[in-house]
Amino acid sequence: MNLNLTLLGQAISFAIFVWFCMKYVWPPVIAALEERSKKIADGLEAANRASRDLELAQEQATQILRESKENAAEIIEQANKRANQMVDEAKEQVIADGKRLREAAQAEIEQDVMRAKEALRAQVSVLAFAGAEKILGATIDEKAHSEIVEQLAKEL
Amino acid sequence: MGIESPTASSYIKHHLQNLTYGQHPDGTWGLAHDAKEAADMGFWAIHVDTMAVSIALGLLFLWLFRKAAKKISTDTPSGLQNFVELMVEFVDGSVKETFHGKSKVIAPLALTIFVWVFLMNFMDLIPVDFLPAVAQMIGTSVFGADPNHVYFKFVPTTDINATLGMSLSVFALIVFYSIKVKGVSGFVGELTLQPFGKWMIPFNLLLEGVGLLAKPVSLALRLFGNLYAGELIFILIAILPWGLQWALSVPWAIFHILIIVLQAFIFMMLTIVYLSMAHEDH
Repeated sequence: MNLNLTLLGQAISFAIFVWFCMKYVWPPVIAALEERSKKIADGLEAANRASRDLELAQEQATQILRESKENAAEIIEQANKRANQMVDEAKEQVIADGKRLREAAQAEIEQDVMRAKEALRAQVSVLAFAGAEKILGATIDEKAHSEIVEQLAKEL
Repeated sequence: MGIESPTASSYIKHHLQNLTYGQHPDGTWGLAHDAKEAADMGFWAIHVDTMAVSIALGLLFLWLFRKAAKKISTDTPSGLQNFVELMVEFVDGSVKETFHGKSKVIAPLALTIFVWVFLMNFMDLIPVDFLPAVAQMIGTSVFGADPNHVYFKFVPTTDINATLGMSLSVFALIVFYSIKVKGVSGFVGELTLQPFGKWMIPFNLLLEGVGLLAKPVSLALRLFGNLYAGELIFILIAILPWGLQWALSVPWAIFHILIIVLQAFIFMMLTIVYLSMAHEDH
């Protein structure tokens, strides 16, 4: 247990070991550790950001969905309204057409009746003249008596 | 080996003697053949075993850590890198907890102390006769020495020179940083002007001087005392009949695992504390 030169030798080797450790061991290891912890921190932050983004996207998606549902409902409602309107219009048109057709038909019928009456009247006057001729036994000059015939026909 | 030795006391003495190289009183240089010769060499002698083992372990530490540091990557670490990172992070955490200044030296210093002291302490767990027996074989066969005069104490921290050498280096750093941070006047002022003001300067100097000098001495003696006692108990156990030794040496070795780590940690922690005290301006 003597104190001797070993003391100095030990102190010197201690100093050299510390110097070496300080120069060549400590810096690379601590740099790598710091870099890794930075990497991990970055990764965690990225994960956080991603989950936040996801939440945002989901919110957006639901909002878009809701809006599109509303749009669709509105469109359907408009379409329904328009269909009803079209049906109504069609009905009115049909009714109007029918009325017009009926009126036309009626007019035609009336015209026909008039024409038939006219023809009938003419026929009747001719018949009357024939009867009168037969009765009188003489020919009635058609030219001389046409005025009378026409007047007669008018009276019929 | 215990039962083969002539007497228990000579066996113990043999185990507690360092392999000393130095100048004999008659002027010749050489290894000391016994404790008395070693003591006669005075200060200018060197413990070959302490130096060899401690330097070998220091190199082992640096080689291992340098190897990991060279190919360190920030991806998933494995094997050696894991271990090195664990140690570095542990030491870095301890330093950051205690020391709040800025210094590039203190953290690597703490790492060196912790691992090196641990490795030197760890030699304590190698059975007490293994390495001395190897040394004796080499000594007798290679150098033709008398087997009784080949000493080999292979736990460097059971040599007061080793622990004191480290603690004096730490002491030098304490003084250096005290002067660097506070200036010469600040350091002298710290030693003389507290705790009782300037009318009690001699008393203050005595008080603070003792406090300052106690740091390296207590640091060295604590480590030395723990390991020396532990080693002594291993040697005493080794005197027992060989069939009984395991019953005592196994529990003691298991307990010693705690001691060697704890002492390395304490040495490191106190170094950090002392240096952070040196950095603090009052």
